[in-house]
Amino acid sequence: MSAPFARLPRWADYGLIPVINLIVAFLVAGIVVLLVGENPIDAAGILVKGAFGSGQNIAYTLYYATSFIFTGLAVAVAFHCGLFNIGGEGQAYIAGLGVAVVCLTFDGVLPWWLTFPLAIAAAAAVGAAWAFIPAYLQARRGSHIVITTIMFNFIAASAMVYLLVGPLKPAGSMAPQTRDFLAGAQLPKLGWVLEAMGMSVRSAPLNISFLLALLMAWAVWLLIWRTKLGYEMRTFGFSPKAARYAGISDVRMIIIGMLISGGLAGMMALNPIMGDQHHMTLDFVAGAGFVGIAVALMGRSHPAGIVPAAVLFGVLYQGGAELAFEMPNISRDMIVIIQGLVILFAGALEHMFRPYVQTVFASLSPRTMGVPAPKGEGA
Amino acid sequence: MAEAAIQLIGINKSFGPVRANRDINLEVERGTIHGIIGENGAGKSTLMSILYGFYQADSGEVRVGGKPIAINTPNDAIAVGIGMVHQHFMLVENFTVIENVILGAEGEALLKSSISKARSELQRLEREYGLEVDPDAVIEELPVGLQQRVEILKALYRGADILILDEPTGVLTPAEADHLFRILKMLKDQGKTVVLITHKLREIMAITDTVSVMRQGTMVATRKTSETTVEELAELMVGRRVLLRVEKGEPRPADVKLSVSNLTVRDSRGVVMVDDVSLDVHAGEIVGIAGVAGNGQSELLEAIAGTRNAEAGTVMLDGRPVDVTGHVDPGELRDRGLAHVPEDRHHVGLVLAFEEAENSILGYHDKPQYLRGPFLNIEAIHADARDKIAKYDIRPASDRLKTANFSGGNQQKIVLAREMEQDPTVLLVGQPTRGVDVGAIEFIHKRLIAMRDAGKAVLLVSVELDEIRSLSDRILVMFAGRIVGERGPDASEGELGLLMAGVEQREAAE
Repeated sequence: MSAPFARLPRWADYGLIPVINLIVAFLVAGIVVLLVGENPIDAAGILVKGAFGSGQNIAYTLYYATSFIFTGLAVAVAFHCGLFNIGGEGQAYIAGLGVAVVCLTFDGVLPWWLTFPLAIAAAAAVGAAWAFIPAYLQARRGSHIVITTIMFNFIAASAMVYLLVGPLKPAGSMAPQTRDFLAGAQLPKLGWVLEAMGMSVRSAPLNISFLLALLMAWAVWLLIWRTKLGYEMRTFGFSPKAARYAGISDVRMIIIGMLISGGLAGMMALNPIMGDQHHMTLDFVAGAGFVGIAVALMGRSHPAGIVPAAVLFGVLYQGGAELAFEMPNISRDMIVIIQGLVILFAGALEHMFRPYVQTVFASLSPRTMGVPAPKGEGA
Repeated sequence: MAEAAIQLIGINKSFGPVRANRDINLEVERGTIHGIIGENGAGKSTLMSILYGFYQADSGEVRVGGKPIAINTPNDAIAVGIGMVHQHFMLVENFTVIENVILGAEGEALLKSSISKARSELQRLEREYGLEVDPDAVIEELPVGLQQRVEILKALYRGADILILDEPTGVLTPAEADHLFRILKMLKDQGKTVVLITHKLREIMAITDTVSVMRQGTMVATRKTSETTVEELAELMVGRRVLLRVEKGEPRPADVKLSVSNLTVRDSRGVVMVDDVSLDVHAGEIVGIAGVAGNGQSELLEAIAGTRNAEAGTVMLDGRPVDVTGHVDPGELRDRGLAHVPEDRHHVGLVLAFEEAENSILGYHDKPQYLRGPFLNIEAIHADARDKIAKYDIRPASDRLKTANFSGGNQQKIVLAREMEQDPTVLLVGQPTRGVDVGAIEFIHKRLIAMRDAGKAVLLVSVELDEIRSLSDRILVMFAGRIVGERGPDASEGELGLLMAGVEQREAAE
């Protein structure tokens, strides 16, 4: 009994359904806002204005989005390999170590444009190394990667606390962070682009690693859909049995997939450390690794979906902060609830409205979709 | 005319734009065996699923015993006396027969009384219909034929008057199938109504009273079985004349291309599935391995193809050894001229989520003609896929369509095109026509014969005895992991059937 599945046109699959999911998420969030005694329409207005209202707000939104693009791509690459990398948080955190060591070593010697490539390499290498251990355990010992990557988040967090209150802390300082970097390890801001368009940006942290994130989005697309390695990864991700049949080594796929995933997660550390704070502090990842999971789900693991999804979460972060500031009844935790609703509807309940949309499409235009019915002989 | 047990009037069912059933009218007489025959995807299973409450019809009416009723769930169907035996059994493997029979009809919170009730009821059913089976046997220890009997018992225990069987003989030996047919005749004599869904013409002719033919979602004809012929039914099914016999010339076997000696394979549980098997395949011949599913044929094929490790034994491919017991890379075997059409095209031979063109290079994706450095040569891949689509008449002719959206026959053609067009020395073929419609079967058989005539060594594994008999130049029969006999292509079905059931071996042991 094979029930043929109706297909949707691509634009509906990748555009309409996420939009419907989002609208429902915001409707439910509106009810929550109503329950705490605030006007949801006003709240939505503040949220949007907080995210896009001025050049500075836009720059903040994109600054957050930068981190989410890196972590979203990391989760997506692992997804294509059939792996669920929940360890982006820990991989990014530990990768900060690579960034910090490069910055602390070279910030007085090299200009930023020489420090930056070294820091990129260090971030990717350390993130990949942290992902390698769960990958190896999965490939060779069968330890489930979901469990091990979660555990490695905790190990990373504890290790970083130790390092930041101990060896990495300058003597005599009270704060758990490294010393401030010199100009040789500070990334140029991108605010001037917005200012050139006539907006006021002041000191927003949007920096050149945003461009690196976009470059990586393109590189991931190229890798997954245009290279032999990407083809092998997708084959293994969809069907390990077919991969075995095709002579694709499962050990190789798991390890390479996780190395790339960990490397991308690691690059996230560049954005806050080199681009904004100019030192490494405790908990600089601030949940971006977990948001990356939602971003990858919502973006259907495609870079063209991940970038807008990352911007959306940037909006929720930046606009949400403004909202918590403006509306006394809406606390920081309320914002987390709204983000949770978006993740719920866009990620976990992704397919909830699909059957209805398919029915509507089927009745509207039967020819634009669907399985071509076999015609004539031999079909 | 006797009273109708089931009437289906004007049934329509669409899945999106696909009309799986259109304006179906069907009347099944009480106390008869009614066959429904059609190619895969003709809508037989959909129709029966509507009758059994898995799907709801978009329009139309179902009448049981003359009364119009709404069947929304399988429970509604059971309530009006319809029982179904599925192609894939719905049994809890580690339960006993009696536990499975009462499953879903347990009655009270404590099982004791319903079990004793079921026990006496099973004894009655056994007496009346000859359905012997030990009520305390655990399902997974029973042979497939008996498991199927448990499914029938389950339906009868729930008071089924009308029994629907979906492709019931796919997993049975000829002897078991004959036994099933005797049971069905007995059920008919007791006044039960049987609906038999199948794509095997021979079964229809052997057992049914009436036969309805479906094609592309419509009911094209209903005939009295005694007044029709196999040729007429085949033509009705496909919509054109079909060659049921494969035409082939004499084989011209040459050198040994594939040589297997003393191969032993264990499955993941450590059970010996292939037991000390030796065989040779020469260039220019088709060697068929017959056997009931689960007797080690699949494991044999996988071990030779390098997708499963063997425990002991040697395999020589074109005179050079293959490391079947150690690290064997299927990709390397491909380079050495071994092509493999796997039994399970859905999970092994194809990636259903891929576009057609992506599947047309699976396993050959590291050939230089498909690559440009580390990148895929997209133009070359698509041009190559379009060539194969034209040459193998793959429909719809779209190299960008998702593979899951092709019919079974066309999916199989995608695999065959990929493996055959690489000009292999040895071709391993598992279940080439499973789930494939009659028209495509004819095409696939012709291609296999053409491979043989081009001097390839072909090893064919199939549970379809007809297929083995009509294609093979030599037939090896496998039973319980061993090769129990070799016969020529003219061996009778009965002789092979006995070998497949392990009869000769057991007699020899006594």
